Amino acid sequence: MVQTTITVTVDGTSYTDQVEPRMLLVQYLRETLGKTGTLIGCDTSNCGACTVHLDGVSVKSCTMFAVQADGHEVTTIEGIAGADGLHPMQTAFHENHALQCGFCTPGMIMASIDLLRENPNPDEQMIRDGLEGNLCRCTGYQNIVKAVRSAAETEAAKVELGATIPVGQPS
Amino acid sequence: MTITEIGASRLRKEDQRLITGRTRYTDNMVLPGMLHIALVRSPFAHARITAINVDEAKRAPGVIMVLTGKDVADEQGGIPSAWPVTPDQKAPPYLPIAVEHVAYAGEIVACVIGRTAAAARDALELIDVDYDDLPPVLDLEEAMTDTVLSHPDLGTNLSATWIFDSAAAGTGTDVAQALASSEVVIERTYYQQRLIPAFMEPRSTVVDPTGEQLTMWSATQVPHILKLMISLALSIPESKVRVVAPDVGGGFGGKLAVTAEEFITLLAARRTGKPCKYTETRTESLMGAHHGRAQVQRIRLSATKEGIVTGLDVNLLADMGAYLGVITSGIPILGAFMYNGIYKFPAYRFECNNLFTNKAPTGAYRGAGRPEATFAIERAMDDLAAELDMDPVELRRKNWIKHEEFPFTTVAGLEYDSGNYEAATDKALKEFGYDELRAEQKLRRQSGDRVQLGIGVSTYTEMCGLAPSRVLGSLDYAAGGWEHAQVRVLPTGAIEVVTGISPHGQGHETSFSQIVADRLGVPFDNVEVLHGDTQVAQRGLDTYGSRSLVVGGMAVVAAADKVIEKAKTVAAHLLEASRDDIEFTAGAFGVKGTDQSMTLGEIAFAVFSAHNMPDGFEPSLDSDATFDPVNFNFPHGTHLCAMEVDTETGAVTLRKYVCVDDIGNVINPLLVDGQIHGGLVQGISQALFEEAVYDESGTLVTGSFVDYLVPSAADLPMFTTDRTVTPALTNTLGVKGVGEAGTIASTPAIVNGVLDAVRHLGVDDILMPCTPSRVWNALRDAAQGGGRHRSPDPSSTKPDLDPAGGN
Ligand code: FES
Ligand code: FES
Repeated sequence: MVQTTITVTVDGTSYTDQVEPRMLLVQYLRETLGKTGTLIGCDTSNCGACTVHLDGVSVKSCTMFAVQADGHEVTTIEGIAGADGLHPMQTAFHENHALQCGFCTPGMIMASIDLLRENPNPDEQMIRDGLEGNLCRCTGYQNIVKAVRSAAETEAAKVELGATIPVGQPS
Repeated sequence: MTITEIGASRLRKEDQRLITGRTRYTDNMVLPGMLHIALVRSPFAHARITAINVDEAKRAPGVIMVLTGKDVADEQGGIPSAWPVTPDQKAPPYLPIAVEHVAYAGEIVACVIGRTAAAARDALELIDVDYDDLPPVLDLEEAMTDTVLSHPDLGTNLSATWIFDSAAAGTGTDVAQALASSEVVIERTYYQQRLIPAFMEPRSTVVDPTGEQLTMWSATQVPHILKLMISLALSIPESKVRVVAPDVGGGFGGKLAVTAEEFITLLAARRTGKPCKYTETRTESLMGAHHGRAQVQRIRLSATKEGIVTGLDVNLLADMGAYLGVITSGIPILGAFMYNGIYKFPAYRFECNNLFTNKAPTGAYRGAGRPEATFAIERAMDDLAAELDMDPVELRRKNWIKHEEFPFTTVAGLEYDSGNYEAATDKALKEFGYDELRAEQKLRRQSGDRVQLGIGVSTYTEMCGLAPSRVLGSLDYAAGGWEHAQVRVLPTGAIEVVTGISPHGQGHETSFSQIVADRLGVPFDNVEVLHGDTQVAQRGLDTYGSRSLVVGGMAVVAAADKVIEKAKTVAAHLLEASRDDIEFTAGAFGVKGTDQSMTLGEIAFAVFSAHNMPDGFEPSLDSDATFDPVNFNFPHGTHLCAMEVDTETGAVTLRKYVCVDDIGNVINPLLVDGQIHGGLVQGISQALFEEAVYDESGTLVTGSFVDYLVPSAADLPMFTTDRTVTPALTNTLGVKGVGEAGTIASTPAIVNGVLDAVRHLGVDDILMPCTPSRVWNALRDAAQGGGRHRSPDPSSTKPDLDPAGGN
């Protein structure tokens, strides 16, 4: 099988690899790079377990080929924590008991971060609609919605206080 | 210790690895030289295999080996059934890889072992299987007639008939007489559609055959049961098998199984001498992992004109699917004890016919038999209330067991230890605003509003905490229902708790830490809970049936208490006091009336060094305990929902949901609410969204997440969850199970609510899931023909493509 060379920055580290053109981005992350924090839950792009950020925007990494990530920056669940610990969305999920088995969680957190990037102050329905592409079988979503809402409020409070705590991916 | 552990909403210990992606799901594992498995599955529901040609696949690049059923016929054993519900139960052999005959679409017919997953998958297409088509049996009522056989060699589709009769059992009177002599009898047939557990983590298994032992990692709820079954079915000494359930991404009963895929991975590893991995695709998971529910329920309920129920007769057809998995046959039987719900019925008869069809095998799915039972009785109570023109809550009040009547032995023979249905119901009615919503409903009916309002009511109780071993024995289940725990005190005073339960999302690392921190008076963070590895937790019966806390947690308590007793002996010796004078409080052992005391940590180190022990004292505080419950426990609750039905489109909206559950004492309210939320959604989803649909040739139409509708956040509202607390009297923690409650109660509540919105328009039945098109069709039929709307048998239904519905 022909191989293509790609260079991708994943969680802040640049990697150059030979990949088969048909290799999915999620397979590249898991199998080639060992980034097993990103998970696979379906084969029809419905579940969202594989959600990562491509240049800061959330994508389902099972819907892309690895070669399409060539020259781009990918952030996974393993790369969002700042130097001082957890990303605020990770903290919000923990504090609101927004996960049970945890299988949807990496994708759910990545999608939620992107949701707040697009709309920093979503109401309940906007959060529900915004997470439509991510399935969870355990939580009934109630605490996930609460977590996203609380992350939004925490960020808003910080802005009000004029604090400059960095949010989002490490640059 | 400033915190009271019991009842504290501790944040979960499990979360750190799960929110940062440092997880150990089985599919994450990579071992040196690991090979990958892909499986050929039958596209036919029923066929004879006449030839399999694997030559080309064997030559394909990256393929190491191809195995057919014939190749492994002598060594593959069979998937065992652990539950012969009757002495003459019939079952076809359930081979991991089919040899001559396939009985459902998705059954495995060959296995490719490749160097990479892609290489193995690529070779699947190169395998040629010749099939001779046989007619499939897809409908339960047809299966019962034996006109077409799902397994011709078996000679019948009937696996077993199981009967309970209260007159025969001495727990009640004769049902036939009650039905014959009662003023009102309602007769209904309810259909429990097939559901798919659809845990988010696809099943995955890795087997490492190197070294002295076979080690299997698997996405399972039941590592201990799996280990035993592997040993029995494949004749491997039990001591040579180790099973590990690492992080497991949900189960809901769907991973309470011993699977063909696990056996095949083991065989492949043994044959190749290399670690092998199999991970299913979602499509394979939906078609090949066991399904749930799938019953036809014929109910007859008799009562006086005043609404006092006089008898209940239940006749079930239960779909086993094509084979009996480890507990397939027992699932409907678990429901047998729950059809009488929270009520005082004088006469009861239950008959269940377990039938084979050419569909995926069924098995446990959240609630396992009990949601089906609760659905039937709660639907029937609503139908009876409508017949008598009585408020459905009032009817239930007239028939339920009053709180002062506990303990109460039911017509099904169970002893309910405690409960307070009045308190839970009153609280729910108040929080829901029942009277106000009834008033709004009346107004909408009067004005002929396009959007009608329905109020759904459901009560429930369930038998939780599987199970008293004696009871399981009386039901002919092969194993017991005890649980094991070990509490170890390390030299530094850190505590290790080993439990035989196997959590997969429930949060027992947290709740069991709370129990032990409370019991031993040590910091929560000093407790580590170990589980899910048969080499670490040598004994156990795993997690299902809402048993982990009520059985496993009690074993932990018993082990911790033994630690305290041992430590007292050491403390007395070291403090030179009489053992009777040693008092244990808040993690310290003190001498009564003095300020002398030692902490558990100090004692642990003294025991570790063992320099100065009492004569004859075995220098260890570590303690084991096995807990076998004396009875089930019986959580209960009242669930209410407000359903809006658009009578022009059939669209159904869940406007409000209030539940008050009584699960006794609560260790961690945060975890309990989470269990309720998730349970509610699975139950609501049965009522409104989900159905495993097969077409007329037996192909699963809902074979991907495009067609099998697992709801998203956008499909659901917020729920109001509340509690009353009536402690269980059958365990010293006073706790009851909570894992299945939400699912059990919510399905009937929702369907009752939908029907309550449209009953005055002539509709008194709608099949689940109540999709817009089904609701719309029911309304149209009622308007055109009037009279009772009877829906067609669900096995002949197609996915709803009705544009008016737009599911
Ligand atoms: S794995 Fe399901 S959407 Fe990507
Ligand atoms: S936490 Fe299990 S699927 Fe979401």
